[in-house]
Amino acid sequence: MLQPQFASTADVTERLSAAGYLTDDAIATTVFLADRLGKPLLVEGPAGVGKTELAKAVAQATGSELIRLQCYEGLDEARALYEWNYKKQLLRIQASKDDDSWDDIHDDVFAEEFLLSRPLLTAIRRTEPTVLLIDETDKADVEVEGLLLEVLSDFQITIPELGTIVAVRRPIVFLTSNATRELSEALKRRCLYLHLDYPSAEREKAIVLSRVPEIAEQLAEQLVRTVRALRSMELKKSPSISESIDWAQTLLALGLDTLDEEAVKTTLGVVLKHASDHQRASSQLKLN
Amino acid sequence: MATGGLIEREIGFFHALRDAGVSISLAEVLDATRALGAVDLLDREQLRAAYAATTLKRPAHRPAFDALFDLWFPPVTGDPSGSARDGEDSGGEPAEGAEGDGPPDTEAMREALRQLLLDGDEEAMRRFARETVRDLGRADTAPGRQNWFSYRVLRGLSPETLMSSLLDNLLAGQQRGGMAEKVARQTITERIRQFQEMVESEVRRRLAEDRGPEQLSKTAVQPLAEQVDFLRASRNDMAELRRQVFPLARRLATRLTAKRRLGDSGRLDFRRTVRASLATGGVPLTTYHRPHKPHKPELTVICDVSGSVAGFAHFTLMLAYALSEQFTKVRAFAFIDTCDEVSRFFTPGGDVADALARMSAEANLVWFDGHSDYGHSLKEFAANYPDAVGPRTSLLILGDARNNYRATEVPVLRSLVSRARHAYWLNPEPQAYWGSGDSATPVYAEAIEMVEVRNAVQLEAFVQRLLPT
Repeated sequence: MLQPQFASTADVTERLSAAGYLTDDAIATTVFLADRLGKPLLVEGPAGVGKTELAKAVAQATGSELIRLQCYEGLDEARALYEWNYKKQLLRIQASKDDDSWDDIHDDVFAEEFLLSRPLLTAIRRTEPTVLLIDETDKADVEVEGLLLEVLSDFQITIPELGTIVAVRRPIVFLTSNATRELSEALKRRCLYLHLDYPSAEREKAIVLSRVPEIAEQLAEQLVRTVRALRSMELKKSPSISESIDWAQTLLALGLDTLDEEAVKTTLGVVLKHASDHQRASSQLKLN
Repeated sequence: MATGGLIEREIGFFHALRDAGVSISLAEVLDATRALGAVDLLDREQLRAAYAATTLKRPAHRPAFDALFDLWFPPVTGDPSGSARDGEDSGGEPAEGAEGDGPPDTEAMREALRQLLLDGDEEAMRRFARETVRDLGRADTAPGRQNWFSYRVLRGLSPETLMSSLLDNLLAGQQRGGMAEKVARQTITERIRQFQEMVESEVRRRLAEDRGPEQLSKTAVQPLAEQVDFLRASRNDMAELRRQVFPLARRLATRLTAKRRLGDSGRLDFRRTVRASLATGGVPLTTYHRPHKPHKPELTVICDVSGSVAGFAHFTLMLAYALSEQFTKVRAFAFIDTCDEVSRFFTPGGDVADALARMSAEANLVWFDGHSDYGHSLKEFAANYPDAVGPRTSLLILGDARNNYRATEVPVLRSLVSRARHAYWLNPEPQAYWGSGDSATPVYAEAIEMVEVRNAVQLEAFVQRLLPT
C-alpha cells in the first residue's frame, strides 16, 4: 500500500537537510513526487555528486531501513530476488522417514522455510518503512533490467512454487546509474528521472560548509571557485562534490588557511585522479 | 488560471518538446498530469521539476526542455515593473531610475551590472535582465509592431568590457597573472554567460508574448551537440563535443565487452574436455572451450587537418585515442598538402587536446602553399611509411576530399586499400554535396568505401561497425 512519508516539498527539504543532505528545488520536488506517486526514482549523473547519499539521506529522514542491491556484471536472479536453500532441502529429504509420502515432502521443501530472501524480495515483504536502493544499475547486465520490471511497476514478485508476493507496503525505490550505458526504455518509463549534476556555486559552498564545519567560510568560497575553474577545463574526470569535500578536509588537516598556488600544487592529487588532468590543470592554473 | 487552460498549455508544451526531439509517451503525459496534482502549482520551480522528472529521460534534452519551459510557462508577463516586483524589496536598485520615458542611462546600467556580476546574486541579476531588455531591447519595426533583440542589450551593456575592473575588485590586491586571476576570470566569465542567457531567455519571452509560444518554439531550441554538423559546429559546440569524447568511448567499450561476452566461445579445449570425461567413464559429456580471443585490429588514421575540416579530424582523433585499448596499435598521420606522422604527440595517458595543439604547431604538414592536396599527401604517405598499412590494418582517411582541383593520385590510394584489411573514408560533408565544385569524392569513392559522417551520432554508429566483436 501507498503510505506517503512526506507532507510537502518544503518538508522534504527540511528533513533531508536535518539528515545532512542539502537539496535544491529540483531534488526536493522529485523526491517528493517519487514518494507521493509511489514510483521508483532513477538518479543519473557523474560519479561523486551524491546519488547514493540521496537514498541514504531519505532513509534516515524517514526512519526507514535502507536495503541495498549493489549491481555488478553477472548479477542474477538468485542474488537479486530469491533462492531456494538447496542444501537445506536436501537435508530435509534425507531426514524424512520412509513412510512420508513423496507428495508431503514435495510440498514441504518448497515452503517459506527453505526460501532465501534476497534484497528485492526482502524489500517487498517488509511491513516497516523501507528505502530500496538499486545501486549502479548500469553495471548490471541487460537481463537484470527485465527482472526489475515486475518489481518496479507492480511491486510484486512471482515465485512459481509459492505464487505471487505483493508488497504489503511500497518501499521508496532509488535506482542510480553512471550512464555508462543507456538503460532500456521500458525501465526508464517506469521511473521518475532525476539528473544530478554538479551543484551551483552557492549550494556547493553550503554543502562543503555543512560537511566540513570547521573550515573557514572564506576558504570554502575560494575552494568552490577553484573547483569550478577546474570543471571548466576539458578534463578526463572533472572533480565532483565528494572531491570538493575531500579537498576541504585535506586543507584542514594540513592546517592551510588559504588556497594559494603552493597549497593547490601540493594537494591537487586529492581532486584530480588522472596524470594528464594533473598536467593540464597545472599549466592552465599556471602552477609551475 | 483555469484547469482547462493549464491542461491545454501542458499539451502545447509537450507538442513543442516532441518537435524538439524529446519523445514523450502517453503514459508519461499521464504521469506528468498526476504529478501536477501533487505539487504546489504556484511555485514555478516545482512545476518545472515535476515536468522534468516525469518527461525527461536523457540529460542531453535538458537545455531544450528549459528553453521551452520558459516559453510556455513564463515567470512573469508584461513589463517587469508590475507583478515581478510585488513583494520583493527592489529598493536600492540603481537601474530603477531608468524607468519611464527618456533615453536609458547606459552608464548607470553598466555600473549596476558591474555590481551584480560582482555579487553573483542570481535573482537580482534576473530582475536586472528583465529591466534592461525592456529599456534597451525593443525596436519598433512598424507602427503597432515591436521586435525584441538581445544583441541590442548586450551591445549596449557590453558585459565583457567590465572584466578588467571586475578582476581588480575580485582579486582585491592579489597578484595578477597567477592562479588567483585564472580562477577569478573563470568566475566572472561564468556569471557573464549566465547574464547573457537570462537576457536571451527574456527576449524570447517578450517575443512569445507578442507572437505566441508555438512560433518561438521552433527557433528557441538548439540542436543537440551530438547532432550538430562537424563542419558547422561553433567553438562552443566543439568544446561540448570534446567533453563527450570520454563518456562516448566508455559507452562504446562497455557495449563491446557485453557483445563479446555473448558471442560464442572459442576453440575446443581438448585437455580440459578429456580430463573432465574421466569422471563420466571416458565419455565427454561436457565439452570445454577456450575463451574467445577478440581480434584487435591495428588502426591507421590519415586525416586532413586543414582549416575547414580540422574540427572533425580533431574529434575523430580524440575518439581513436580514447578507444586505443580496443586496438593493438593506433598510428595517426596528418596532412594539409604533405603528410607527417603525428603518433609521437599522443603519449599513453597523456592529454589529447594538448597533443592536438602540439600537432598543429610542430608537425610538418605544409609543403607548398597550405591548401589541401590529397594527391600529393597520399603519395608522400605511401612513399615514406610503407609499413603503416599491412594486412591487419584498418585504414581510415578523414577529410572532405576538396582537393583544390589538383591531381588525385587514385592509383596510390587503390594500392593502399588493397594492402589494408579494411579501408574507409570518412567524409564530414553531407552526401548531397559530394562531387560539387572541387570535391574529388566521386573519383576516390571508386577506390575506397566512402562513409558520410556528419555528426557525432553517425561517428558513433560507424565506430561500432569498425570495432570487431
